[in-house]
Amino acid sequence: MGTYVLSVGTTSRASCMLFALLLCCTGGKSELQETKPSIQSSLEHTGKPVFHVINQPHGYHEEEKSNLPVFTMDYTRIQIPFEFTLWILLGSFAKIGFNIYQKITIWIPESCLLIAIGLIFGAIMHSVKEEAPAVLNSNVFFLYMLPPIILDSGYFMPTRPFFENIGTVLWYSVVGTLWNSVGIGLSLFFICQFEVFGVQDINLQENLLFASIISAVDPVAALNVFHNIGVNEQLYIVIFAEGLFNDAVTVALYNMLVFVANMPIVESTDVFLGIARFFVVGLGGLLFGLLFGFAAAFTSRFTNKVQEIEPLFIFMYSYLAYLVAGLFAMSSITAIIICAITMKYYVEENVSQRSCTTIRHVVKMLATISETLIFFFLGVVTITTEHEWNWAYILFTLLFAFIWRGIGILVLTQIINPFRTIQFSLKDQFGLSYGGLRGAICFALVFTLPDTINRKNLFVTASIAVIIFTVFIQGISIRPILEHIKIRKTNKDMNTINAEIHTRMMEHVVSGIEDLCGQWSHYYWKDKFKKFNDRILRRILLRDNRAESSIVSLYKKLELQNAIELLDMSMGDISAAPSIVSLHDEKMEASRSKKRFLAADIKKMHDILSKNMYKIRHRTVAYTTKYDIPDQSHAREVLIRRHASIRRSLRSRSLCDQPLHNIPKSQKYLSLQPGVNLESEFNLRRRNSSAGMTHLQASGASPCSSSRSLIPMKKLNTIKEQGNPEEPPAARPHALSSGIKARKAPLPAPRRHSSHRQDENEDNVDEYPAGGEEPWSPPRSWAPETSDPRDNEAGDPLLRHPTQGSQGSGRY
Amino acid sequence: MGALQSSPGHPEYIDLSEKTGFSIEQIGVLHKRFKQLSHNEESLRREQFEEIPDLACNPIRAQIIEAFFDKRNYHQNGEGTVNEIGFEEFLVVMSHFRPPSLHITEEQLEKVRREKLRFLFNMHDTDNDGTITLEEYRHVVEELLSRSGALGKETAKSIADAAMLEVASISMGHMEPDEFYEGITFEHFLKLLDGFEIESKMSVRFLNMDTITLCK
Repeated sequence: MGTYVLSVGTTSRASCMLFALLLCCTGGKSELQETKPSIQSSLEHTGKPVFHVINQPHGYHEEEKSNLPVFTMDYTRIQIPFEFTLWILLGSFAKIGFNIYQKITIWIPESCLLIAIGLIFGAIMHSVKEEAPAVLNSNVFFLYMLPPIILDSGYFMPTRPFFENIGTVLWYSVVGTLWNSVGIGLSLFFICQFEVFGVQDINLQENLLFASIISAVDPVAALNVFHNIGVNEQLYIVIFAEGLFNDAVTVALYNMLVFVANMPIVESTDVFLGIARFFVVGLGGLLFGLLFGFAAAFTSRFTNKVQEIEPLFIFMYSYLAYLVAGLFAMSSITAIIICAITMKYYVEENVSQRSCTTIRHVVKMLATISETLIFFFLGVVTITTEHEWNWAYILFTLLFAFIWRGIGILVLTQIINPFRTIQFSLKDQFGLSYGGLRGAICFALVFTLPDTINRKNLFVTASIAVIIFTVFIQGISIRPILEHIKIRKTNKDMNTINAEIHTRMMEHVVSGIEDLCGQWSHYYWKDKFKKFNDRILRRILLRDNRAESSIVSLYKKLELQNAIELLDMSMGDISAAPSIVSLHDEKMEASRSKKRFLAADIKKMHDILSKNMYKIRHRTVAYTTKYDIPDQSHAREVLIRRHASIRRSLRSRSLCDQPLHNIPKSQKYLSLQPGVNLESEFNLRRRNSSAGMTHLQASGASPCSSSRSLIPMKKLNTIKEQGNPEEPPAARPHALSSGIKARKAPLPAPRRHSSHRQDENEDNVDEYPAGGEEPWSPPRSWAPETSDPRDNEAGDPLLRHPTQGSQGSGRY
Repeated sequence: MGALQSSPGHPEYIDLSEKTGFSIEQIGVLHKRFKQLSHNEESLRREQFEEIPDLACNPIRAQIIEAFFDKRNYHQNGEGTVNEIGFEEFLVVMSHFRPPSLHITEEQLEKVRREKLRFLFNMHDTDNDGTITLEEYRHVVEELLSRSGALGKETAKSIADAAMLEVASISMGHMEPDEFYEGITFEHFLKLLDGFEIESKMSVRFLNMDTITLCK
């Protein structure tokens, strides 16, 4: 319900804004000027124009002394940043629009829609004889628009699967791109020899240059589809990383060929020099990437006192890697990718959760802006530029692009398959070749071609044709086709402790078996690297270098999720909750929580938490049952998990601290543990009144410390024994019973008889001796015990992140 | 794969190849390794496994080694453990780690999955009573975390508990209030790891060429 209302509201608002924007864009009015600073400030790279604009009014007044103008307009001065802002805003609104009608984006990739809107705007601008925006030139693209896109892909690269498939990825992206460039280039050159087609003036170098542009695969749209239908991990990562490294190869080739295309004669030695240079460029990029990646990691070790600027280091170092590699004419893209991959692991452990979230968001945001703009311009440029139509050349380009990609994948896969543990089936290969869409990079490269290329317009037209064809036809059809051929799928959302344990387990088993067989392969290297990492790298680069198993991290993450969600509830924002339940999109959820917690008054949180716990829980439970959104099994899962573990998370720290780490969370546990706490607190009271279980008191538990997990754990049985006659008016029967059910799977003690229960309870107490020693305290002590979180850390490694986060929160 | 090029010196390889699905070359490589491990004896004992230097750092070394001496993994409905294994047993246990072939049907894939999961299950279920009890599971997690330094047993224990409770919630669905979860049965185990790509995760690329000499 909530979703619906919300979305209707946004729709109307968004459409209003769109309309307003439309007016502004075409008419060039400055009504929306006030929106500019906020957006501009997010664009660090374009920061200068903004200051420029802001600073100038003073000077303006001095000039016109004769007559103080009451109202003036000086559009030309603000034109570039202003239009730029409007473009971004327009693209962003379009994105909002797409996401309101989610069904559209399921079937039609977002890039299609952006191009379509660009086309519409292009048509409008064309009809009013407006010039195309001149924002996109070679320098702007390579210095400002490309790095965010690449940084985004590099930073969010799933590291583990990537390294498991690195050979295949490099094989496809390096050899595959060369294959495509050379194949398409030579084929087109061959076509150019025919007089009929009228393109004899295009020489071999230019053909190759064009082919290298055309072979830049940009699988954003395909990736979304792959992600949505949950295609198997190997395929996904290969497409993902291929698209990324392919850009590096393409740009290197492009730069080389732009140079070569201007040379009068190409000698054979130049070819070899070109090949040598190609590798030098790649390796140089790798080197710079590593250098700056480690530098960033090392720096982040010391930034915990200046958390306001912590994220900045990440961006500056990666940008520096990009620029410095560019300075020495190395592959900037490789540099920034490697830099991002290298530093991510260490940086995310060093910085606070808050900075971590910020980094992720800014990276995503910058990349989205760049990409949106490029697609948007693509649409506009399609309409507004002068095209040189040569049907033969364009159609052959399309044909060759398609064929060479297909053959390339087929041949390259046959070669790489024997070296893969999990081989690519024919279906996978089809997915790989069909997913090879062309996109933003391709367009940007061709658009920024130097004017010395004599058939530049034809190239632009042909590239746009290829992009539109692949994005629209392939992009739209890939989903039904993949579903039809039943491509091998995987369940990507196994975010359970068991899955993590077994993933780990399998890694150890497999590397053990490889050791037994005495053979080397990637598990062997992984093992070796891990040792090296633990012994040396972590010590140097991390502030707190205790090795941490991924099982523990996941466990911690789930714990934190629980805590965050508990706090979410306490903010009284329950009405908004339904709308997010459906959004499994990490970034959205994260942004939501970020917004809220940044604004939140922490003191107030403490109060709410400590005083109103009962009420809040009640509300959540009621809500849960009413909308019936959280799955019962999930509810149970969290209930159970909390029983077993909340004791830890609460032991040394207040609940209130944890929400400050805006860990991106899945909403599936939403509103569960409030139920638990409700029950447990409720039980406790009953318990105490009946003076039933004395060991509880012995352990020092006060009735008020309802969320100490110790208590919930033991209480299980009382509920059934006593029934629930004293059910408080607040707790709905349904909610209560679900809580009980959840509890019937308590500690998996193998005993069944109630006669053992007392024993069991005692066992449990024995099992958790630490529980008894904890400084139990009344609810107000939920205020953070931040006096020295480091102390607690030693005793409770599980809570390392919370500690960092709480330190961070202290200063806000 | 290479069943056609039988190596003349080892006619028994063909037999083993049919049994385990390894190619003749792979069997050759593995046999060489077997001999290297067993110092040219006919059988391998636990101590010889424990001497392997690369394995020494593996946190679940004990389980891996034990799997080789577990009769349940020999496809013969046997139970209990043995003290030394011959090459055939070595090979049969290894064959659990063969990657699934590209051209198999859905049912065959399901069978492969089941077999691999059964192997894993047996690894956890040390007392062979058909369920993984909490103690057994805790033990596994403890071993897994044993290389993580400061994390005490306490952490491992609570993670195992949480994991076990997760199992209970996934596998049992609605349990009556007086029920207790006794342990993970194989059926539950299947359900638990449904969607866990065991067929690709539990696969080793067995080489056709001999790299053993490089390794030591």
